[in-house]
Amino acid sequence: MSILVNQETRVICQGITGKAGAFHTKHCLAYGTRMVGGVTPGKGGATVEGLPVFDTVIEAVRKTGANATMIYVPAAFTADAILEALDAGIEVIVAITEGVPVLDMVRVYDAIRRSQATLIGPNCPGIITAGQCKIGIMPGYIHQRGRVGVISRSGTLTYEAVWQTSNLGLGQTTCVGLGGDPIVGTSFIDLLERFQADDETEAILMIGEIGGTAEEEAAAYIRQHVTKPVAAFIAGRTAPPGKRMGHAGAIITGGKGTAEEKIAALRQAGIEVAQSPADMGAAVQRALDGRR
Amino acid sequence: MKIHEFQAKQILKQAGVPVLQAIVARSADEAAAAFAQLDTPIAVVKAQIHAGGRGKGTIIEHPQQHGVQLVRSAAEAEEVASRILGNRLVTIQTGPEGQRVRQVLIEQGCDIARELYLGIVVDRAAAKPVLMVSSEGGVEIEKVAARTPERIFKEHFDPLAGLMDFQARKLCQSLKISGPTARSAASFMKNMCRAFVQYDCSLAEINPLVITGAGEMVALDAKINFDDNALFRHQDLVELRDLDEEDPAEVRAANAGLSYVKLDGNIGCLVNGAGLAMSTMDIIKLHGGEPANFLDVGGGADADQVTEAFRILLGDANVKAVLVNIFGGIMRCTTIAEAIIAAYKTVGFNVPLVVRLEGTEVEEGRKILEAGGVDIITAAGLTEAAEKVVAAAA
Repeated sequence: MSILVNQETRVICQGITGKAGAFHTKHCLAYGTRMVGGVTPGKGGATVEGLPVFDTVIEAVRKTGANATMIYVPAAFTADAILEALDAGIEVIVAITEGVPVLDMVRVYDAIRRSQATLIGPNCPGIITAGQCKIGIMPGYIHQRGRVGVISRSGTLTYEAVWQTSNLGLGQTTCVGLGGDPIVGTSFIDLLERFQADDETEAILMIGEIGGTAEEEAAAYIRQHVTKPVAAFIAGRTAPPGKRMGHAGAIITGGKGTAEEKIAALRQAGIEVAQSPADMGAAVQRALDGRR
Repeated sequence: MKIHEFQAKQILKQAGVPVLQAIVARSADEAAAAFAQLDTPIAVVKAQIHAGGRGKGTIIEHPQQHGVQLVRSAAEAEEVASRILGNRLVTIQTGPEGQRVRQVLIEQGCDIARELYLGIVVDRAAAKPVLMVSSEGGVEIEKVAARTPERIFKEHFDPLAGLMDFQARKLCQSLKISGPTARSAASFMKNMCRAFVQYDCSLAEINPLVITGAGEMVALDAKINFDDNALFRHQDLVELRDLDEEDPAEVRAANAGLSYVKLDGNIGCLVNGAGLAMSTMDIIKLHGGEPANFLDVGGGADADQVTEAFRILLGDANVKAVLVNIFGGIMRCTTIAEAIIAAYKTVGFNVPLVVRLEGTEVEEGRKILEAGGVDIITAAGLTEAAEKVVAAAA
């Protein structure tokens, strides 16, 4: 088992004829992902990496049976691409694109929440079920089939965490990058619920960062609903207020969203918090060895 | 992107939000002429800088002079403007070096019956824009939120529908506004919400929001920030950017596609990815060092970008050592290693450089660094890298 995606998942790439879309389609194929096609309006009939290109997502779904998509279209067209995938009945929509206007995401978020579909991102590394299905830009080889479910707001920091859990022999079930924007399709809580229900996942690692209150909400949820061991790390303890740390969502405003507040909330919920980013893998080990 | 008060007011005026008559002046003579043109018994001279806290802030060159002052004649407007213009204003938000004032706004005075607060942001938890009003105007809203949260009233609104009439009525009731003033207030709030969406704002704040003696709602101050990601569809707004108000190194970094924030420490950081960049700052601090900056070179940085990143880091005189921390995913370690060697040779290093590489093609990358003939301290893990760079900077 795993969550959201596995070896059966049939994936298309929206923006497949672009540089990033073509590059990552190739790497996902090499990882073993069942890529079944791509979409670029106006380029229907072409092929990329041996895959058929369609003009619309609905056509791609009808002809390939796709049930997941990864989106690399430019930021200005991302909201449209997500809504097109939703309209076509795609179940797992992964938006890699960064720089999507926040008010576009307000409209998209509403539509996603009214549907059964899952949107991951935007501005995220994607989702990977180790050894089965990679949808996104993460380096496949650092992942190892195993016991830990990983949820993160960051990209390369997730790689760091995955690397540490692989080196400790813990391995991963599914790893999800939620995205660094203020409004993203999936929350920590959505995935905590799925990992709690997943037989194969024995422990959960949550990687948060400054800004917003998503980690605090997750802590409250864990206290009530999660019985599996949880470890966490929060990036940005040393970030000054009012300065945006790269991600549009990583900013401390009005004294809210500090790392200290988040760490306190996590600890109160009995979560093993890593002090240092070098300690993320070990924190999962401690959570597994220790309590609960 | 931030803009000046006078620019924000021009935008609001077009959106049907009442503002007072005002004229921008760039010299003392212009300030006197502006006062005369306004034909008013009383006016306010307001320094135009992006930072807040101007009213309480003081001018370095004239410590008795604040950034905002009432004047009653053209001569007085000229005198005040001459003390402010060209000089540096220090506020709680500028830091001790202050910010040079290049223009002042001369605004008609007004008869104030009540001071309120209005702000619009995107509420992340609700994933919707939210209009907030408070009966406590003219003070920092964070303080109101902490001490008397019951005095802040909120309504979320749909970006397409805007603020509904009933929502405006609810807010007026909460603020104890009635009669003709309630009609003025409802129109004010609805137009503010529409402008917020129309211009893709990330923040729109009116503090104080004033009810005049005549019962009209007026924006006495105005602060607007735009969503940088949406500027592609607002070319007219891009022209309002004032580079004089921004940190030159941050502007330079942005032009090179780098995300850079200057901090006060002495250890320069160059990292790929925002989360890892923040964590790198954290681990430096954990080992007793102080980061000099946040710097994310992004996922696909090339040799030119890395060279520019090194130039920016080394341009900070406080930097005593540099830590490069790269977890190669899509970006190969060989690419970054070659870029480091090239940058090292072009830029010329005068401080120790600690490099930690991990990820795609790491072995080949390390070999390139070893063979490069440059003086680099290598580190295997995050902890080792932090310890070595802290020692090197000491």
